[in-house]
Amino acid sequence: MGVNPQGDSFRRNLGRIFGTYTGGLVAFVILLAVLEQLGLPDSLIGYLFVAATFAVYAGIGIVARTVSLSDYYVAGRRVPAVYNGMATAADWISGASFVGMAGTLYVLGYDGLAFVVGWSGGFILVATLIAPYLRKLGAYTVPDFLGARFGGNIARLVGIIVLLACSFTYVVAQIYSTGLIASRFLGISFEFAVYVGLGGILFCSLFGGMRAVTWTQVAQYIVLIIAYMLPVLILSAQKYGFPIAQLTYGRALQEIAGREQEMVATGLASGEVLKSYIEPFTSLDRTNFFALIACLMIGTASLPHLLMRFFTTSSVRQTRRSVGWSLLFIALLYVTAPAYAAFAKLEVYQNVIGASLDALPEWIYTYGRLGLVDVCGISATTADAVRAACAEIPGHGGVLRLGDFSIDRDVVLIATPEIAGLPYVIAGLVAAGGLAASISTADGLLLAIANTLSHDVYYRMVDRKAPSSRRLVIARFLLLAAAAVAAWAASTRPADILSIVAWAFSLAAAGNFPALVLGIWWKRCTSAGAVAGMVAGFGVTLYYLVMTQYFGMPEWFGVNNISAAVFGLPVGFAVTIAVSLVTRKPSAETEALVDAMRRPSGDPVMGERSS
Amino acid sequence: MARRKSPKARGETAWWGRTRRLMIITLVLWAIAGFGLQAFVEPLDAITIAGFPLGYAAASHGALAAFVIIAFWFAARQERIDAEAGFAEPEDDTDELTEDQQTWA
Repeated sequence: MGVNPQGDSFRRNLGRIFGTYTGGLVAFVILLAVLEQLGLPDSLIGYLFVAATFAVYAGIGIVARTVSLSDYYVAGRRVPAVYNGMATAADWISGASFVGMAGTLYVLGYDGLAFVVGWSGGFILVATLIAPYLRKLGAYTVPDFLGARFGGNIARLVGIIVLLACSFTYVVAQIYSTGLIASRFLGISFEFAVYVGLGGILFCSLFGGMRAVTWTQVAQYIVLIIAYMLPVLILSAQKYGFPIAQLTYGRALQEIAGREQEMVATGLASGEVLKSYIEPFTSLDRTNFFALIACLMIGTASLPHLLMRFFTTSSVRQTRRSVGWSLLFIALLYVTAPAYAAFAKLEVYQNVIGASLDALPEWIYTYGRLGLVDVCGISATTADAVRAACAEIPGHGGVLRLGDFSIDRDVVLIATPEIAGLPYVIAGLVAAGGLAASISTADGLLLAIANTLSHDVYYRMVDRKAPSSRRLVIARFLLLAAAAVAAWAASTRPADILSIVAWAFSLAAAGNFPALVLGIWWKRCTSAGAVAGMVAGFGVTLYYLVMTQYFGMPEWFGVNNISAAVFGLPVGFAVTIAVSLVTRKPSAETEALVDAMRRPSGDPVMGERSS
Repeated sequence: MARRKSPKARGETAWWGRTRRLMIITLVLWAIAGFGLQAFVEPLDAITIAGFPLGYAAASHGALAAFVIIAFWFAARQERIDAEAGFAEPEDDTDELTEDQQTWA
């Protein structure tokens, strides 16, 4: 029989199928490396990489097409824990994280580890407080849970608004980074790249919904993790004779600290410009460091596109295990990102700062021409341009100082293959990995958006009697529409990509977390309480974000707006509890629903039959 | 309510108590790994292991490893609590087909 991604033979042979796929990927990289030595041009290697990986994803997307609602919304609830872990990791690791996380750590040093700790620790909250219970309930979406627990469409509607607010900005950022990666690596225009990326995204989700997205995400995780590991492992082996970069970069940290003192002593860096790389709380103060960790963790546990992944496992037990696997697969990337940052920092401190302007490394110009590296206030396009610009600075001695140099954070990752002197094929692999990270996250987000519109808005609120065939047509139409709007928005190049993504965490945390946690863990929580708490928490957070960002409102207690949820969360909890206590206690049916949701055994509470 | 509880309901209350206790213990461990370690970064940094200041490594390696271990430990503990209370799901659950699998159009 053929490979039917839901059939028994498919599930029995998962290890062999994905093992063969991984082997094929490695063979493909080796083949391209050989062709490169034989003279295949770089641009063609880049195109072949993207074409081959996109063809695999599209193939999976088409093979996994479905006409079943349960397959479309929750992959038939039969995904084994390990594979759901990989899919969740791909869903979670965004294009911006893949490309930009190393750069964030490069800029922030120790303080950047708040992102590492925050984006991983949230999964403990997912496992203990939320995901197993939502899985048992049998909801299709997060607003579906809110509608069932808080009986009625008001809670559902508020949940939909929160979901759209945090998912839409996030998906625009993903499509934007798809365009950015494709245009940088392949040299095609950004706008065109956005629509190429959109095509890849739609092939993964349009025909098979969650079922197709699950298996493409597994394939995408394998590409992205190999692409992320390989360059830095080779670099580590070159530098320290041992390939486990995650352990060797400690020596780089020591060398960085030594070089920092040297640069100050020789006048290459002034004490004010230079921030110690390993000393804590130089970029973020203590309050902001811990506030950021808290907001990222709680935001993680509240993001609908992530929680939705845990609806697809075959049991509550598998859901809990799959959170562990997700964390493991995500941790592999997060433990590697600081190694990239440290090696790049050392390269800059050793071979760029203090170098004569005539002897700057070639990668400076490669990325200077893309506008990503500035020297003496101009993009470092050529050695002559750099010399001319520096000559205009009074007292410049022709030796590059720390203050003369600035670098876009994305360069830290994408320049590493070149810094290590690796063949272009590795750069092509990194590009394919970055695209896999963007596409997998974009698909998860688009499904979250389209599914809530088709299931919660259309089916639950507009036409309760719609036959499943019509529900599937509507779901796909809405997916196309959401994707088109997001791609259009991305093509207008909206402002700073990382700050858009960061908003989503605080908005999700303040909007969803109190209602999710109290809805599961506190039977006395009432509909009115949950709705009021969501509106208040979300409202306060949005107010703080918008006012500090656009209207120059001073920060409250010096908290950066990336951590806006530290205000919204307590308000959300307080309002939910206070309003719950003054309204009538939930009905016996609601209490029975909560009991059934807590017990792992038994059928899902809201099966397709009962609706 | 409590007056009219059947033995089964009492078993459920005990099971939920154990579940809640495990949740609290897990979150305490989570808070130590996520926040507690980082609060002591300066004193920890005085120690260096393989080039890593210990406070730095606590965030870059330690917290990640701790979270992974906590997640699997929690899953195993909760499975035992469920099994002892008789609330565990059937063992062969990967191949169990749920009721809503076939709504073919």
